[in-house]
Amino acid sequence: MTATKTGGPVAARAEEIWKVYGSGEAQVTALRGVSAEFGRGRFTAIMGPSGSGKSTLMHCLAGLDTVDRGTVHVGGTEISNLGDKALTRLRRDRIGFVFQQFNLLPTLSAAENIRLPLDIAGRKPDPQWWETVITTVGLSDRLAHRPSQLSGGQQQRVACARALIGRPDVIFADEPTGNLDSRSGAEVLSFLRSSVREHGQTIVMVTHDPVAASYADRVVFLADGAIVDELADPTAETVLDTMKRLDTQTDPVML
Amino acid sequence: MLRATLKSLLARKLRLILSGLAVVLGVMFVSGALVLTDTLNRTFDSIFADAYAATDVAVTAKPALEISELEGEEVPAPLPAATIDKIKTVSGVRDATGRIDLDGARVIAADGKVLTSFGPPRMGVNWTGVDDIMEMRAGRGPESDDEIAMNAATAALSGWQVGDRVPVLTREPKKMFTLVGVWAYTGGRDSLGGVQEVAFTTPVAQALMLGEANAFTSVVVRADDGVTPAQVRDDLTTALGADYQVRTGEELAADSAAGLQEGVGFFNQILLGFAGVALFVGIFLILNTFSIIVAQRTRELALLRAMGASRNQVIGSVMVEAVIVGAVAAVLGLAAGIGAGAGLGYLFSTMGGSSLTLAPVGVPLSAVISAFVVGIVITVIAAVLPALRASRIAPIAAMQEVATPDRPLTKLTVAGSLVTTIGATALGLGLFSDTGDTTIWLIIGGALVTFIGIALLTPLISRPVVSLLGRLFSWSLPGRLGRLNSGRNPRRTAITAAALMVGIALVTGVTVVMDSAKSSLKAEVARVLKAQIMISGDQAGPRPPTYDPAVIDEAATVPGVRAAAGVYHDMVQIDGEQRYVNATGDLATLAQAYGTTAPTLTEDQLAVSAENAAAWGWQDGRTVTVQASRGEPHTYTVAHLYPEGALPGSIILPAGAIKDFAITQPTIGYIRLDDGVSVSAVLPQIKALVADSPEVTAVDQQTFVDDQAAGFDQIIMMIQILLGLAILIAVLGVVNTLALSVLERTRELGLLRAVGLNRSQTMRMITVEAVVISVFGALLGVTVGAGMGSAVTRALENDGITELVLPWPRMATYLALAALVGVVAAILPALRAARLNVLGAISHD
Repeated sequence: MTATKTGGPVAARAEEIWKVYGSGEAQVTALRGVSAEFGRGRFTAIMGPSGSGKSTLMHCLAGLDTVDRGTVHVGGTEISNLGDKALTRLRRDRIGFVFQQFNLLPTLSAAENIRLPLDIAGRKPDPQWWETVITTVGLSDRLAHRPSQLSGGQQQRVACARALIGRPDVIFADEPTGNLDSRSGAEVLSFLRSSVREHGQTIVMVTHDPVAASYADRVVFLADGAIVDELADPTAETVLDTMKRLDTQTDPVML
Repeated sequence: MLRATLKSLLARKLRLILSGLAVVLGVMFVSGALVLTDTLNRTFDSIFADAYAATDVAVTAKPALEISELEGEEVPAPLPAATIDKIKTVSGVRDATGRIDLDGARVIAADGKVLTSFGPPRMGVNWTGVDDIMEMRAGRGPESDDEIAMNAATAALSGWQVGDRVPVLTREPKKMFTLVGVWAYTGGRDSLGGVQEVAFTTPVAQALMLGEANAFTSVVVRADDGVTPAQVRDDLTTALGADYQVRTGEELAADSAAGLQEGVGFFNQILLGFAGVALFVGIFLILNTFSIIVAQRTRELALLRAMGASRNQVIGSVMVEAVIVGAVAAVLGLAAGIGAGAGLGYLFSTMGGSSLTLAPVGVPLSAVISAFVVGIVITVIAAVLPALRASRIAPIAAMQEVATPDRPLTKLTVAGSLVTTIGATALGLGLFSDTGDTTIWLIIGGALVTFIGIALLTPLISRPVVSLLGRLFSWSLPGRLGRLNSGRNPRRTAITAAALMVGIALVTGVTVVMDSAKSSLKAEVARVLKAQIMISGDQAGPRPPTYDPAVIDEAATVPGVRAAAGVYHDMVQIDGEQRYVNATGDLATLAQAYGTTAPTLTEDQLAVSAENAAAWGWQDGRTVTVQASRGEPHTYTVAHLYPEGALPGSIILPAGAIKDFAITQPTIGYIRLDDGVSVSAVLPQIKALVADSPEVTAVDQQTFVDDQAAGFDQIIMMIQILLGLAILIAVLGVVNTLALSVLERTRELGLLRAVGLNRSQTMRMITVEAVVISVFGALLGVTVGAGMGSAVTRALENDGITELVLPWPRMATYLALAALVGVVAAILPALRAARLNVLGAISHD
C-alpha cells in the first residue's frame, strides 16, 4: 500500500504522484505513485533515508516542483496544473516555508524579514497576530537586528515567524533543525509544535532526525520513492525502531 | 597551475567576454584608425601617381607663402609665359605645356545651389587637350572664351549636360558658359580622388583663376626619349635658378599625397581619442570583473595556497587569465577594427557626393602589433590590483566559511583624496598658469588622474547618495529590495558607476565650455555689432563662401542704408609669423557699419586691436612687413588701435592688400541702416542683390549671431558621439555587475520567489538596482563634468569666454539617459533572475 489517509479535514493531498528526473541511463524515479493526505491542524513529519524522495514529495506538495503524473491539492485547490503565476500566488498567500539554511535576506531587519511575504502581497499584518507570533518566537527585542547579528537559532525562529505570519494553509519545513545545535533545535521544534497545538496551524516537516520527528503528531516513512510506513503519536524510540526495521528490509513493506 | 587557471577561465567565459568587450571596442578604434589611414594613404598615392603619370617633370614658381595642407591651399606664384620658352630650350625637353590648375572654380548646379566639396578642391584648369589618362565622355574641349568642359564627376553632381548654359563662380562674380564637353579618366573613373574640375580656354583660365594674363601655375615637361626625368629635372633646376621648383612626376605625386595624408592624420586623432576613452573606461570594468572573480574564487585560491602554491603563482594565475582575455579581445578588436576601417574608408570616399576610388583595404603590421599591445597591456594593468589581492588570501580561508568582511574604506578614501588633489592640482596648473608646451598634457593628465581619484572616493560617496537615490524607488517592495541591494557592495557599485561617470563627465565638461563660449560669443557680438544686416554663408570645406564685391557698392545706394562694408580674409605672414588678417575697402566705412568710428587707412597703414598690439609689441607708428598669399611683401605702419571686438578680426589691412589675397572676394558683409529704418524693409532688397552669389545670403542680426554660434553646437554633437560610446561601455559594466549580483544572490532570489515574489516583481527589483547604480554614475559624471567645465571656462575668461553657462537641460537629459541605460542593462540579468528555478536556487550554494 502506498496511500496514507487521515481522518478529518485535509490541508494538502497527494494522489498517485510520480516524479522522474533525467532520462535514459541517468533516469531516477524519485516518487512512484505516492498518495498521502495531511490533516488540517496537524504536525506531520516525513522521514526516510537520503534519496528516499522525501524532499521531492515536499517540494511537489509545496508547488516548488511539478509532478509528472498524479494530482496535488492544497486546501482544496488542485495545484498540479497551475502555471508559474498562480503557483507564485499560492506560495505567497497559502503556503509558508522554513528552510534548513534559514534563508533570510541579509539586507532586511528581522522584522522586515518576518513581514516579507505580506509586503510582497501588499498586505498589512494583523497587529494582534503579529504580537502573538513575535512573542511566541521570543524575538521582541531582536526585531531591528540584521540576520548577521542573530544566532543560528534566532535566525531560524525569524524564518518560522515569517512562515507563520501570513497564516498559510500549510507550512512546509525542510530539515528546519539540520543546521542547529540540539538546544536551538529543540526551541524551534517546540515552537512549531505549539503553533499547531495552540493556533491550529498545519505543518509538514521533512527530517531525518528521529528526535525532531518525535515532536510531530504523525510520521510518514518513505523509501525508494514510496510510502512504506507511518506512526501516530511517535516518540524518538518508536521512530528509531521503525527506521531500523525499514533499513533491514529490501522491499517496501505493504501495510 | 596553468591547467587550473585555464579551467577556471573557461568556467567564467561569459563574464570575461562582457568585460573584455570594452577592450575589444578600444582595440577596434586603434586598429580601425590604422587600417583607415593605411587605406587612404595608399588611395592618395595611387591617385596622384595616376594624375602625374603623363608628367615627366613639372616646374612651378615658389609660392609666396608656404602653408601646410591643414591650414589651407598654397597659392602658387604665377609663372610667366616666357619661362616656357626658356624651358623648351633646355636639352632633353621634348615638349613643355603651361598649366593652370587652381582651387576656386565653383559650379552653380542646375538646382541653383553651389556645388560644395568636403575636402577635394574645386579646380579651375586651362584646357590643354586630352592626355594619356583622359578620355572624352561627350563633346569636346572648350575652344572659345564662353565655353567650358568639366569632368564627369562635376557633371554628374551638378546635373548639367553638354549644351547647357552653366553659371560658374571664380575670382570674378558669376559668369555664364556653354558646357561643350565632359571628360573622364582611364578605367572609367569620373574624377581623380573626387576632385571637381572645370576647364576653360587658357586666356579665360588665366583671367578668372589666376588673375594674370600670360602666366601659368605650372609647366608640364615631357622628356625626350632616352632621357630620364631626373636628368631633365637637374638640367632645368640649373637653367631656371632658385625661384623655381622643379620636380619629377613621381616626386610631385609623393609630395601631393603627403599633403593630403597630413589631413587624414586629423581623422586618425579623433579615432584614437575614442580609443583612449574606451580603454580608460575599460580598465574600470576589467578591474571590477577581476576583483569579483578573485573574491568568488577565494576558497579555490586558498586551497591552492594550502597545497603549496606560492603567492607569485597565485598572482601569475590571475595574470595569465588577464593575458588570455586581453589577447582574445585584441583578436576580436582587430577584426572589428578592420571592418570599421573599411567602413569609414567607404564613408570617406563617398563623403559630399565625391567618388574616391578606394585602394583595397589592407591590414598594416602596425595595426596588428598595436592591437595586441593595447589589448594585453590594458587588461594586465587592470588585473594587477585584483591579482595582488588574490595573493594575500590566507591558506586558512580554504577551511573556514569566510564571510568577505566589509573592509573599512579609510585607506581607499585617503588614497582617493590624495590622487584627486594631485589631479586637480595638475589640472589647475595647466589651466591657470603659463606652463608652455606641457599645458595640454597637464590638462589631459590632470583630468585623468582626477577621474581615478574620484573613482577611489566613490565607494565613500556611494553610501549616502545611493541610499538617497534609492528612496525614489522605495514606494514598492521590489524597489526597496533593489535599493538595498545596490547599497550592499559599495566598492562594486562605485566602480561600475565610475565607469559611467567618466564618459558623462567628459561630455558635460565639453558642453559647459561650448555653451559658455557660445553664450559669450552671442553676448559679445550683440554688444559691439551695430550692423543690422549681414551678408554671410555657411562654410562647407576648406574654402569660405564669397560674394560679388559689387553687392556692397549697390547696397550702399539702397535707401535707408547708412553704411555697407565688405570684409576680405586671408592668412598672411607678418614679420615671419603666420597671422589671420582682414581687409576692407575703407576702414572708416567698415567702422560706421560695424558701429564704431575709425579713420580711413592709406595704402601703407593698418589697424590692429589694442590687445594684440600690446601682446606683439606693435606700438602706434611701428612698421611691419606683410607677405600675403601672392605678390611682393608690403610694409605697413600701425596707424589705428581699436578695442578687441570693436571691429571684426585682430588685424585690418587697407583695400590695396586685397589683390594679393588667396581669395579676392569678400567673405562677409556688414550693413548698417539709418536710424528709424526697419530691417524688414531693407532686407529683401539686400537679398535680391546677393541672388547671383548663391554661396551667401543676407540675414538679420539675430540669424547671423545664431549662425556664428552654430559651430559650437557641431562640436557638442561630435562629443555626443563620444558619449554614446562611453555609455555603451558603461552599459556593459552595469550588465556585468548585475549578472554577478544575480549569480551571487541566487539563494536569496530563490527564497523570494518561494515566499511569493512573482517574476515581474523580481525583474523590477533588479531593474531598480541597475537604475540606481547608473543614475548615481551619471550624477557623479554631471557633477565632475560641470566642475571641470567651469574650471576650464574660468581659465579662458581672458580669451573671451566671459560667461559661465551650465547646460541644465542637457545635464538633465544625461541623467534621464542614465536611467534608461540602467533599464536596458537590467534586461538580461533581470530575465535571468526571473527565470531561476526556484528549487534549484534555494539549495544553491
